[in-house]
Amino acid sequence: MKYILAFFKNRKAAVGASLFIFFVIVAIFAPYIAPYSPTYMGFTPLQSPNAKHWLGTTATGQDIFSRVVWGTRLSLMVGIIVGLIATTVSVIIGLTAGYFGGKVDDILMTITNIFLVIPGLPLIIILAAYITVKGIWTIIFVISITGWAWGARVLRSQTMTLKNRDFVKASTVVGERSSHIIFFDIFPNMLGLIVANFFGAAIYAVLSEAGLEFLGLGDSSAVSWGTILYWAQNNQAILFGLWQWMAVPGLLIALLGMSFALMNFAVDELTNPRLRKR
Amino acid sequence: MRYIVRRIIFFIITAWAALTINFILPRLMPGNPAEVMIAKFQGRLNPQAISALEIAFGINVHQNMLIQYVDYLRRMISGNFGISVSFYPTTVAKVLSQAVPWTIGLFGISTVIAFLLGTILGIRTSWRRSSASSSVVVPLSLFLNSMPYFWFALVILYVFSFEMGWFPLGGAYSSNENLTGFALIGSILYHAILPATTIIVTAMGGWLLTMRNNMISVLSDDFVTFARAKGLPDRVIEYKYAARNAILPSFTGFAMALGFIISGALLTEIVFSYPGVGYLLYQSVLNIDYPLMQAIFLFITIAVLVANFIADIAYIFLDPRVRTGSE
Repeated sequence: MKYILAFFKNRKAAVGASLFIFFVIVAIFAPYIAPYSPTYMGFTPLQSPNAKHWLGTTATGQDIFSRVVWGTRLSLMVGIIVGLIATTVSVIIGLTAGYFGGKVDDILMTITNIFLVIPGLPLIIILAAYITVKGIWTIIFVISITGWAWGARVLRSQTMTLKNRDFVKASTVVGERSSHIIFFDIFPNMLGLIVANFFGAAIYAVLSEAGLEFLGLGDSSAVSWGTILYWAQNNQAILFGLWQWMAVPGLLIALLGMSFALMNFAVDELTNPRLRKR
Repeated sequence: MRYIVRRIIFFIITAWAALTINFILPRLMPGNPAEVMIAKFQGRLNPQAISALEIAFGINVHQNMLIQYVDYLRRMISGNFGISVSFYPTTVAKVLSQAVPWTIGLFGISTVIAFLLGTILGIRTSWRRSSASSSVVVPLSLFLNSMPYFWFALVILYVFSFEMGWFPLGGAYSSNENLTGFALIGSILYHAILPATTIIVTAMGGWLLTMRNNMISVLSDDFVTFARAKGLPDRVIEYKYAARNAILPSFTGFAMALGFIISGALLTEIVFSYPGVGYLLYQSVLNIDYPLMQAIFLFITIAVLVANFIADIAYIFLDPRVRTGSE
C-alpha cells in the first residue's frame, strides 16, 4: 500500500496513470462514446472534419472518430496481453537463469541473447508473412515471441545480486526448496523491476502492432489504430488533405506508449533511490 | 582473449539460429506457404527455377529433413540465396546488393548521430538536474521514444514535403535528371534529410534517458565526491570522471538496441519509398517473394551481429576490467 501511494505521489506516474485510465475508460465504454458503428460504410466518403463527423470520413464512408474510439480496445488489449505474456516469460527465464547459474544460466542466456540480437520487426514481418491465418491472436503471439528477451536479461542480473543477500542465504541454510526461495524471497523483492518491465513490453507491443498493421501484415479488417493508419496511407489520405485521419491515431499510439513509459520511468525512480530528486 | 573467443562463438551460434529459423518456418506452417508462391508465379518461371524453389522450401522433396537441412546450410554459406521470384530472373543476391548501400549509408550515419546527440544531451541534463531544461527534456524524450517511427515519418513528410514543398516526396535521388558528380551527391543528401531526421529524432530520446540515468548513478559515487573535494574543475568531473564511467552501459546498450532501431528504420524507408533494405523487404512481402524475404532477414541479422561484434571489441578498449578477465 505504501508503495502504491508513493507511486501516485510521483508526478510522472500520476500523469502516466491518468492517461492510461483515460484509455481504459474509452475502451470499455467505446459503444457509448462512439456516435456510429465503426464498420458502417454508408456516409459520404472523404469528408473533412465537421459537426456530424468530428474527424471526417474514410474513403469507404466510415466515421473516423468512431473507428478511433473502437480502435482503443484492440491497441490497449494487445499492449496489456503481450505485456503480461512477455513479462511472465522474462520472469521465468530471468529468475531461473539468475538463481541457478552455471550451465542453466549459460544455456538460457545464450537463447536470450540470440532473441535480443535478432531484430524484432524483421522477424515479426517474416513470421506474419508465412502465417496465412491472420487474426489478433496471431499478432499477439508473434509480438510476444520477440518481446521477452530484454526483460529476462535485466531480471537475471537483479536475481544474481539478490541471491547473495543475507535473507536469501538464511532461507538456503534453513533448507527451503529452490522454488520457495525463488517465489517467496526473491520474486517479491523485484516486483518494482517486474512492473517496470511490464510497461516496457507493453510499449514495445503497442508500437509493433501499429507497425505490423500499418504494413498490412495484420488483420486489415480489424479496427485498431494501426489499421486506421494503414487505410489512411493506402487511400492517400494526405494527398486528399485529410491529415487528421493520419494524425489522430498516431498521436494516440504515442500517448498510450508515453503513458506506459511515464509509469515505467516512475517505477525506476522509486526503486532506484539515486534517481530521485535530491 | 577468452572474451573474444566467447564473442566469436556467440556470433556463430546466432547466425546459425537465424539460418535455422529461415529453414524451419516455411516447413512448420500448415500447408507450406511457399506452394502458394510457386502457384502464383507458375507461368512466369521456367521449370528449373520451380524445381530449385521446391528444393529450397521442401515441397515434393522426398529426402529426409536432415539431408535437406545440410544441403540448405551448404547453399547459404556459399552465398547461393536462389532467384528472386518478383524480380525474376535476377538472383536474390543481386537484388539485395543494390539495396544494401542505401540502408547502410542512411541508417549507419543517422544512428551514430542520434547516439552522440542523445548521449551528450543526457550528460548535460543530468549535470543540471534541477533546471527547467531537465523537466522538459525527460517527458519530451519519453514522448519521442514512444512515438511510432513511421508515424513521425508520415507527419514530417506531410508538413515539409507536401504542404511546404521543401523536400521531395520520396526516393533516394532525383530520377528524371542525368546527374553526375557533386550534383548527384547533393541530390542524394537532399533526399536523405527527412528520413535521417526521422531516425535521429525518434532514436535520440532513448540514449538521452539511458545516459542521464547512468550519469545520475555515477554522480553520487564516492569517487566523484572525492573529485569535488579535491576541487577539480566541473568540466573535468563531468566528462573525465562521470561520463567516462557512465557511458559503459550505454555502449553495451547501443549494440543491443540496434535491433530495435533497425526495425524503426525499416518502416521509415517504407514511408519515404527509400530504396533500401526495408523498402525491399516490404515489396518482397507484398509480392510473396519468400527467397528474397529470407535473404533480407538473414542480412539484417548478420549486420546487427557484426555491429555487435565491433562494439564488443571496442568495449575491450573502454573497460579495462574486460581486458584483465575479471568481468
